[in-house]
Amino acid sequence: MQRNPQLDANGELQHLLSIEGLPRETLLKILDTAESFAGVTERDIKKVPLLRGKSVFNLFFEGSTRTRTTFEIAAKRLSADVINLNVAVSSTSKGESLLDTVANLSAMQADIFVVRHASSGAPFLVARHVKPHEHVINAGDGRHAHPTQGLLDLYTIRHYKKDFGALTVAIVGDVLHSRVARSLIHGLTTLGVPEVRVIGPQTLIPPGATALGVRVLHSMAEGLKGCDVVVMLRLQNERMSGSLLPSAQEFNKHYGLSAEKLALAKPDAIVMHPGPMNRGVEIDSAVADGPHSVILPQVTFGIAVRMAVMSMIAGG
Amino acid sequence: MKLLIKGGRVVDPASGRDALGDVYVADGKIAQPSGTPDRTIDARGLVVAPGFIDLAARLREPGYEHKATLESEMDAAVAGGVTSLACPPDTDPPLDEPGLVDMLRRRAKALSRARVYPVGALTVKLEGKRLTEMAELAEAGCVAFSQANTQVADTQVLWRALQYAATFGLPVWLRAEDAWLAKGGVAHDGEVATRLGLPGIPAFAETIALAQLFELVRATGARAHVCRISSAAGVAMLRRAKHDGLPLTCDVGIHHLHLSDMDLGYFDSHCRIEPPLRSQRDREALAAALADGTIDCAVSDHAPVDEDQKLLPFAEAEPGATGLELLLPLALKWGMEKKLTLAQTLARITSEPARILGVQSGRIEPGAPADLALFEPQAAWRVTPAALKSQGKNTPFLGLELVGRVRTTLVAGNVVYQA
Repeated sequence: MQRNPQLDANGELQHLLSIEGLPRETLLKILDTAESFAGVTERDIKKVPLLRGKSVFNLFFEGSTRTRTTFEIAAKRLSADVINLNVAVSSTSKGESLLDTVANLSAMQADIFVVRHASSGAPFLVARHVKPHEHVINAGDGRHAHPTQGLLDLYTIRHYKKDFGALTVAIVGDVLHSRVARSLIHGLTTLGVPEVRVIGPQTLIPPGATALGVRVLHSMAEGLKGCDVVVMLRLQNERMSGSLLPSAQEFNKHYGLSAEKLALAKPDAIVMHPGPMNRGVEIDSAVADGPHSVILPQVTFGIAVRMAVMSMIAGG
Repeated sequence: MKLLIKGGRVVDPASGRDALGDVYVADGKIAQPSGTPDRTIDARGLVVAPGFIDLAARLREPGYEHKATLESEMDAAVAGGVTSLACPPDTDPPLDEPGLVDMLRRRAKALSRARVYPVGALTVKLEGKRLTEMAELAEAGCVAFSQANTQVADTQVLWRALQYAATFGLPVWLRAEDAWLAKGGVAHDGEVATRLGLPGIPAFAETIALAQLFELVRATGARAHVCRISSAAGVAMLRRAKHDGLPLTCDVGIHHLHLSDMDLGYFDSHCRIEPPLRSQRDREALAAALADGTIDCAVSDHAPVDEDQKLLPFAEAEPGATGLELLLPLALKWGMEKKLTLAQTLARITSEPARILGVQSGRIEPGAPADLALFEPQAAWRVTPAALKSQGKNTPFLGLELVGRVRTTLVAGNVVYQA
């Protein structure tokens, strides 16, 4: 097996491609660094000069306004120059390959590529072909990983629950297609969370999921019992009816998070969602807007976490 | 023209012979010793074996000349000691018309290197809808009929195709994979695919297709050859079916004997091959089944792919690996691991595929074609782009050292390769 491509020869973070394979210390360092940036985002002048003169290229081969915006804000607060490229509608439609696009941008003196791509593993391919001083951050690749989302989820959990060592976390819904779930699972198991559950119908749970270190459950009644953290996953429209599920309604009835179902979790449980939400499908408004919800703080923390990652890989 | 190959270790898997000795060639055939040879080849230190017979090697012509040409791949074949190869019909256009087959055979013959046995398309354009003119294609030189890596999804058509092929006694070579279950999948549906977020192809895509194929073979009496079996469960079914007396033969891709889904590592697109590399347990079952004869032979499943098509995210990369020049070293590696004799090992790439193909080569006995591979069994070499004659440099073994290097290859008594 090759060396983990996101660490350099000294074990320092060179790229952020996946949470899998990152040591516990690295994860904690990212969370600690993010904590130190949380203050910056609340100041009047929300800027630090750590990435002054550096260029961050947001390279989105798959559309996503929200994630792209949070990366942009994070980079700007670190004083970097940010260039947004919605590649989904430019060069690739002219037949340019992923690596050619990257090579062209590299010739424009990039320091960080933030890459989102519909194919699992695409950021690994980019990372293998960039120059030594260039860094790649995976902003979501296929079903594989979304490490900054995973990190902000970890940050949120630590913020509200302090200690990972005694938690029960449930991840609910479309785990099969979810890069968010995969990244969070690796993070939680690395940080020593004793019980990670995934809940969903068999059609939405990937084969061999238990090998990731999770318990697989098919009932919310059983799965939510005693949970400290409930993470709801987004269900894509195109998957709501077909061979995976009969209808959004039936999914909501069995796996949507309602106030009644949430009552099975611990009284102080927090509810998370990576957004954008399908209200009335995977989550009811009463819960999304209710006292257990930390969905909006997740977004705020996301900026600090992305600042931490960018400064750690390129600010040295 | 008389030729003497002198002082080599002569290994003839068909008879089990493995001894130092001389091989005489006259008029392109293995001969009894007689008279003074016109030429002598010094084979001291080399194994003299029948030339290798590969039941699946893509030459990429017609239609994919940017990936490889007949010239480049025939060079690769003889450099790998392969003297006979069957090429699947997945060309562009597919080999579904006698004219195309005829042209391919003429082009191959003009190059006078390895013998080429075209495998015709079972259905027009490999679309799985209309039968090809199999009898005509057989007359033009097709030795069998296949769908290459595609499937006949419509079971009615598959049934009729097998009936029709059986009518003319034509062999049908099929990969067993349920088209619906495999749809969209790019990796073995297991822990690795789950971890990497790659759409999976379950092993039961193979076993369901095998069950269907076995029933259709029972019903039609067709001669079926199962191509590229990939799973432990598939092997178990095959073993039972053969035990029950079904007229089946089977091959396995040489990569599947050595690699598993773990080798995907961090999305190594060189490991994107069809069928997918399955689990370690599957790999072990395949290696064992080839040793015990459940699987009859090993094939290179040679598929040269140009570099750009591999420099893509895993799922988008074109499947396939170059294999002609790795057939011998990977077979030797398997034989070593299974503690087989050299003759037993080589049988899987000589006499066994010859039996399936129904040809006289693949053995060293008087009268057989003088198709021979002279190789150095202990020679270590590094798999680098420069070391490969094939235009395809795509192999998961790139950069690794393998053992076993061909020095001289003869087809019909002519030296077609000399290192």
